[in-house]
Amino acid sequence: MNPARKLIIACGNPLRGDDGLGPALIDRLSWLDRSDIETDVDYQLNIEDAVTVAAHERILFVDASVTAPSPFLLKPLAPSSEIAFTSHRVTPGTVLAICHDHFDHRPEAWVMAIRGFHFELGEGLSVDALGNLEEAFIGVIEWLER
Amino acid sequence: MTTTTQNGTRKIVINPVTRVEGHGKVTIQLDEANHVTQARLHIIEFRGFERFVQGHFYWEVPVMVQRLCGICPVSHHLCASKACDMIVGAEAITPTAEKIRRLMHYGQTFQSHALHFYHLSSPDLLFGFDAPVEQRNVIGVIGAYPEIAKKAVLMRKFGQEVIKATVGKKIHGTGSIPGGVNKHLTLEDRDRLAADVDTMVEWSLEGLQLCKELTRNGDEMLLPFGAFESNFLSIVRADGCLDLYDGNLRAKNADGEIIFDQVDPSDYLDVIREGVRNWSYMKFPFIRDLGQEKGWYRVGPLARINNCDFIDTPIAEAERQEFIQIGGGRPVHATMAYHWARLIELVHSAEKMRELLADPDVLRGELTTSGERRGSGIAIIEAPRGTLIHHYDVDENDQVVRGNLIVSTTHNNEAMNQAVRVVADQYLEGQAEISEGMLNAIEVGIRAYDPCLSCATHALGQMRLLVQLIGPHGDVLDERMRA
Repeated sequence: MNPARKLIIACGNPLRGDDGLGPALIDRLSWLDRSDIETDVDYQLNIEDAVTVAAHERILFVDASVTAPSPFLLKPLAPSSEIAFTSHRVTPGTVLAICHDHFDHRPEAWVMAIRGFHFELGEGLSVDALGNLEEAFIGVIEWLER
Repeated sequence: MTTTTQNGTRKIVINPVTRVEGHGKVTIQLDEANHVTQARLHIIEFRGFERFVQGHFYWEVPVMVQRLCGICPVSHHLCASKACDMIVGAEAITPTAEKIRRLMHYGQTFQSHALHFYHLSSPDLLFGFDAPVEQRNVIGVIGAYPEIAKKAVLMRKFGQEVIKATVGKKIHGTGSIPGGVNKHLTLEDRDRLAADVDTMVEWSLEGLQLCKELTRNGDEMLLPFGAFESNFLSIVRADGCLDLYDGNLRAKNADGEIIFDQVDPSDYLDVIREGVRNWSYMKFPFIRDLGQEKGWYRVGPLARINNCDFIDTPIAEAERQEFIQIGGGRPVHATMAYHWARLIELVHSAEKMRELLADPDVLRGELTTSGERRGSGIAIIEAPRGTLIHHYDVDENDQVVRGNLIVSTTHNNEAMNQAVRVVADQYLEGQAEISEGMLNAIEVGIRAYDPCLSCATHALGQMRLLVQLIGPHGDVLDERMRA
């Protein structure tokens, strides 16, 4: 484990419009070339992400949202568990709970929900989402400096 | 939501998933005496992708289609690649390419099956359908059975590592290409994965033993639960062996008699038709010669284990032979037997990965081949949830002019409706309110099939479960919501 490093883990599908906000933010962060940040990105979170989370002390989960206030909502994350209808989705809270319970590790965790507007099939973010992406990028920089 | 129909009957509507596009709901129609008169599963099928690929170059498709499904992108990646093999005239890809693709596929199946059993179905089996929802989830499994749950997480991680080593990046993997693959497995990755694969075989077998034990302990309740008879469809190898990556179509009827066998994937339209119903956006595939009413079938682990003649890995084959005893000479029809069959495939996938990681061909050899260019490509693969068909027609400029995809959830459409109906009959008949156990019984029946609800999109704030029971005059009798 490298507890000094921070993990930013995003999920979303770049082929579904603003659902790609999470991956786009990770791409934007790669420009920073900071050695104290690790990033990860996937279509969906899943239970094995707890292994990665367990190797860090400070975590930020990033995802697009259809309900969050614009430009984004940043809030502390508590562990949680849900019964699922299919195996297609695990929430950030569940990943954190697995990290707590399996790996006996309790990192400081936050979730950033970036407001998206158009989730239809197609590449590229909407104009409004691009604006929110820039605001979210600044928000992440501030989160890193805390 | 719940509605009252013109004839005074009422519906219970279970609206479990509301994603940006693609959601499912269950409607259970009751009469005045609370008897079930009809039960249906509604899934909004994601069809726009077929139009989206039009105009794209065929070699872009294996990368693009990964974004169709966020949970099993490898299945689409491989199926599209196989279809494109036909287009580039690669009748048979090189041994190295096939083995790397198979490793990729077994890695995907392994992690998908492990997730399904430990995350989705084991809470129901371990705690019972009526257990509190706070317990009946993966965290509950961690609390009660920590070693089992931890192994599940690490099995998922192993499968993902296999995929990463063979496909490349999670979001934009490019490992499989028309005519083969684009890289060998590195020696470092091979050694790292080979060091753990025996443990994966051992743990998958432990999972299977647990599943068998739970099923047998509860056999009076579990095996009749949601059980109904059906036809079965899958691909099998030319000698009848289970094969998840390649083969020809075989269909059996409810008695286990062959309906058709060794149908080349290119001829799938000769044996399969897609029907429609006026209440659903999703199509209802059926065996052409039997017609829509009698020709519907099931796909997935249960179909594959019922359909094959044998399995070419020793532990899984021994387990298959034990499994088929349940059927007493006929196919096994129990909905809950899907889990048992899935765990046999979990073991098989681990055994196959062990074979492939010991094969030097994954480290060296020709990566691609090609031949006479064709105007269309059709491929079938057995994805974790069932048979997956990709069909592309391309023009002289190499651009896709038509695409047709039939995914496992579509194949299982009628079967899932049947499961809901049977479970509704068993659990809801005469009830005046929606209990947690009753609601979960419906979900348990559907979870056996693990339908893909257009999972390519994922956004916070969209996962809701709403259940309302409204009386004949529109008044809400009962309401439950999960968030």
